[in-house]
Amino acid sequence: MEKRMLKEDTDRVDGILKVTGQAKYFAEYELPGLTYGVLVTSTITKGKITGLDTKAAENAPGVIAVVSHLNKPSATAYEQEGGPQMKIFYTDKIFYNGQPIAIVVANTFERATYAASLVKATYAKEEFNTDFAKALKDPKAKKLQGQADYKRGIENAYKTAEVKLEERYFLPIETHNPMELHGIIADWRPNNQVTVYAKTQGVKSTQGTIANVFKIPVENIQVNSEFVGGGFGMALRTWPLEIATVMASKHIGKPVKVVITRAQMFTMVGNRPAAIQTIGLGADKDGKLTGITHRAYGETSTYENFTEGVVNMAKFMYQCDNVNTSYAIVPVDLGVPIWMRGPGEATGAFALESAIDEMAHALDMDPLDFRIKNDPEADQQKNKPFSSKNIKEAYKIGAEKIGWNNRKNKPGSLVEGPWQTGYGVSVGVFNANRGKASVKGVLKADGSLLLQSATSDIGPGTGTGMTLIANKLMKIPVNKITFELGDSFLPPAPSQGGSATLSTVGSAVNDVCVALKSAIAELAANSNMDTTASFVEVLKKNNLPAIEVTKESQGGKEKDNYSMYSFSIHFVQVKVHALTGVVKVSKIVSVGDSGTIVSPKTARSQMLGGAVGGIGMALTEESVIDHRYGRYINNNFADYHVPVNADVPEVDVNFINKPDPYINPMGAKGMGEIALIGFSAAVANAVFNATGKRIRTLPITPDKVLA
Amino acid sequence: MINFQYLRTTSAKSAIALLLKDKNAKFLAGGTNLIDLMKRGVTAPDKLIDINHVPLKQIEQIGNKIHIGALATNTAVADHALIKEKLPLLSWALQAGASAQLRNVATVGGNMMQRTRCGYFYDTEMPCNKRQPGTGCGAMEGFNRMHAIFGTSEKCIAVHPSDMCVALTALDAEVVLANSKGERKMAFKDFHRLVGDTPQLDNNLKADEMIIRVEIPVNHLAKNYHYLKVRDRASYAFALVSVAAAFEINNNKITDIRLAMGGVAHKPWRLTASENFLKGKEATLSNFEQAAELAMTGAKGFGENNFKLKLAPNTIIEALNLAKSKA
Repeated sequence: MEKRMLKEDTDRVDGILKVTGQAKYFAEYELPGLTYGVLVTSTITKGKITGLDTKAAENAPGVIAVVSHLNKPSATAYEQEGGPQMKIFYTDKIFYNGQPIAIVVANTFERATYAASLVKATYAKEEFNTDFAKALKDPKAKKLQGQADYKRGIENAYKTAEVKLEERYFLPIETHNPMELHGIIADWRPNNQVTVYAKTQGVKSTQGTIANVFKIPVENIQVNSEFVGGGFGMALRTWPLEIATVMASKHIGKPVKVVITRAQMFTMVGNRPAAIQTIGLGADKDGKLTGITHRAYGETSTYENFTEGVVNMAKFMYQCDNVNTSYAIVPVDLGVPIWMRGPGEATGAFALESAIDEMAHALDMDPLDFRIKNDPEADQQKNKPFSSKNIKEAYKIGAEKIGWNNRKNKPGSLVEGPWQTGYGVSVGVFNANRGKASVKGVLKADGSLLLQSATSDIGPGTGTGMTLIANKLMKIPVNKITFELGDSFLPPAPSQGGSATLSTVGSAVNDVCVALKSAIAELAANSNMDTTASFVEVLKKNNLPAIEVTKESQGGKEKDNYSMYSFSIHFVQVKVHALTGVVKVSKIVSVGDSGTIVSPKTARSQMLGGAVGGIGMALTEESVIDHRYGRYINNNFADYHVPVNADVPEVDVNFINKPDPYINPMGAKGMGEIALIGFSAAVANAVFNATGKRIRTLPITPDKVLA
Repeated sequence: MINFQYLRTTSAKSAIALLLKDKNAKFLAGGTNLIDLMKRGVTAPDKLIDINHVPLKQIEQIGNKIHIGALATNTAVADHALIKEKLPLLSWALQAGASAQLRNVATVGGNMMQRTRCGYFYDTEMPCNKRQPGTGCGAMEGFNRMHAIFGTSEKCIAVHPSDMCVALTALDAEVVLANSKGERKMAFKDFHRLVGDTPQLDNNLKADEMIIRVEIPVNHLAKNYHYLKVRDRASYAFALVSVAAAFEINNNKITDIRLAMGGVAHKPWRLTASENFLKGKEATLSNFEQAAELAMTGAKGFGENNFKLKLAPNTIIEALNLAKSKA
């Protein structure tokens, strides 16, 4: 396999721990006196709890308590007006099917599970609707603005273009389904001291939420989350089930562990909301875009609004003087969604990048040529130059590697027996962010460097990236550098999300290293040492066991001057079986344009994961609800199909690896999201190229290909 | 706790004796389906009689029949040299099922006894005539993409999920069942039932009986065969439609043929009319197409599974094509 491996090809620093089972995940902490909580969930979709019979559960063997709205402990914020509508155990309202209504705590998980089955609720049921498409059609159903309407030039200019198209695209609910089940261990001790082992993308965020709900000082709460078995966005907030667990611990004065079931993963920790989008495109006969309209509707809950950047890409990705977008959210009686990898941009890119392909076809142009022709030199939305953008180079590398010249512009041209071959391409783009973070660095006379920050690692290899940044600056061997994260008492850092950790925390690591180096230089100068003296020598000479520096770091004015994005391009070859409708992705080439690649191996893993997630989004993943009952039908790993090994071909990962001159000292832009964004469109475009069938509803299952 | 007694036995005789004592007891073999059903609250046996130590794992040829013990694992059967050589269709079908980990513990008898994967059957808050007769069929007007198009009743449209059983049906297997009084033999195709008025019953095994083995006649179908399973992902997914196809060609004519379908009915669906049509004819695409059309007599969709009305004949044609090209 050909790889563009870069020289700092370092293994994941915690790789051995992970593959040997030594990495400790939240559910593996054995606290003294640990008890086990199991959530009881509503079996109706909307209404009120009229009665909750917990006697049988309370009398069951091993049961310590049943906590519900009838006996919840004090949670100050929930006793006040305002705040979230779904105040767990502070409401008798049912907002969706599967909502937690009680927690049973027992001395074993099995006993808690059994006792939970004995809790009997009675309800006053109300009419409900869980069908997003139905709500969208219903003029009486609420539609809320999700993002300010955007207009550049003439609205709906596509309608009067020489060549025009208007199409609708449908995405179902996707559920994150990482391997690790969600949950928490909460230990509420006397004097309101709380220790938590959580599955979270932000220990500071979980700490803050608990402090806020119970109105206790932040310093009283320690949140630990050293290892996370996959987040993909679902662990970016503290869910009601987690607050319920903290309440239960407060109520019984013992640590309580909750690990939810796979079925509960569909109802308690969000999902990628369903979306219906219309794209209008207009172009002149030479293939210049003259109008882009992107109108999107996303699903949300009735008790909380969720919005994401579905229509962002349309505003700047292509050179076009007339662009307008709108985005509305439509409440249905389901649990509130949350960001899922690539979040709204991945949703939007499926529609936009499919439509771009459709337009290229309408113009009888190669879709790659069409994209190049409409590639903007600057960001027309922000009216700023891009900080860095090498998308044309990425197109070239990818096209070569996939064998784009084998592609025929006429669909259905490559046929071998029952198999039809097609090629597809799509672009992905996501904000290149840099936030504010603090890092503490301790440089020790034993030659080691300890770095600490309250960031998280949900899988991308944060520790590895940070270690490599320090390694490069300090010339300290990787095995002498330790990066500690996942503890809310460490210097603050934002949650891990939006592909911003390397940029944000990495910059603080950079600043700490620079400060440590100058501190050493100063010490050396003061003690008349040669500039070539090592920091170990300098520390020893000064009789110092260590020096430490803590730095807060954030970006400056560069954000005002430049438009900063990470880009990716996905090339896909598919084979489609004409008789059975089976689609096999047979070849993948992804090219990342995200500045300097700090950690090539983990960066490559990000792209591999993005391709796997992209195949899932394109071909297999869909959370199915029976709208008569408001309940999920396929809430298990046998029926909710994430791709398996046999679905994934070799993924050829490439990086441009040119530093962004402005974003941060490393020149590195985020890449977690771009690995997925656009991928599903590349597959749909390849299916069209193979068969001539344009499938605008995901996932592309055999029934849709045969239809 | 929903307590149950766990017993272990080492002979078929004692297993049957234990079963007789408690009609709410169940045999435990690989447990790959039963344990799930217990966890989901679909079933709650009083006793689990672990039969994994009963010596019924043999795979051997006796006369012109291959005997496979009820407790032979799916992996052991699929990988066995005798099966690969003489009944490759069965080997292929087994390998198309589940995952390697599941096949390593799942047994022949357990495979036959596995229950439908209908989502309504598994969710105790939903109506399901199979789980709880009289509550209605959730799938009929609900999510029925995976469901049956043949032999349904107004009570239930579930499908049997096995791949192995489709091949065994095609291969004219017999199953040997035993109770305390002795053994009886049944054509494999009669083991599983259509729904009729008794959706709760999947098969004709009596409450006091144990599956002992299957017997499969040695045939001349080891050359042109194919098991084609169409599913939503390349592995570890139940069939949308599967087809077991095998035939023998002499002097350019099909002299023997077996065709059975999975994922389309409450039991493996043998395509007798199509077989009869193809017998004595040449293995041409046009004949395959006509045979596939014949197979669809009486097929009925329920909305989301309407695509199977097209997918099923297409899969038959492709399975026959692939069997033909395997020379």
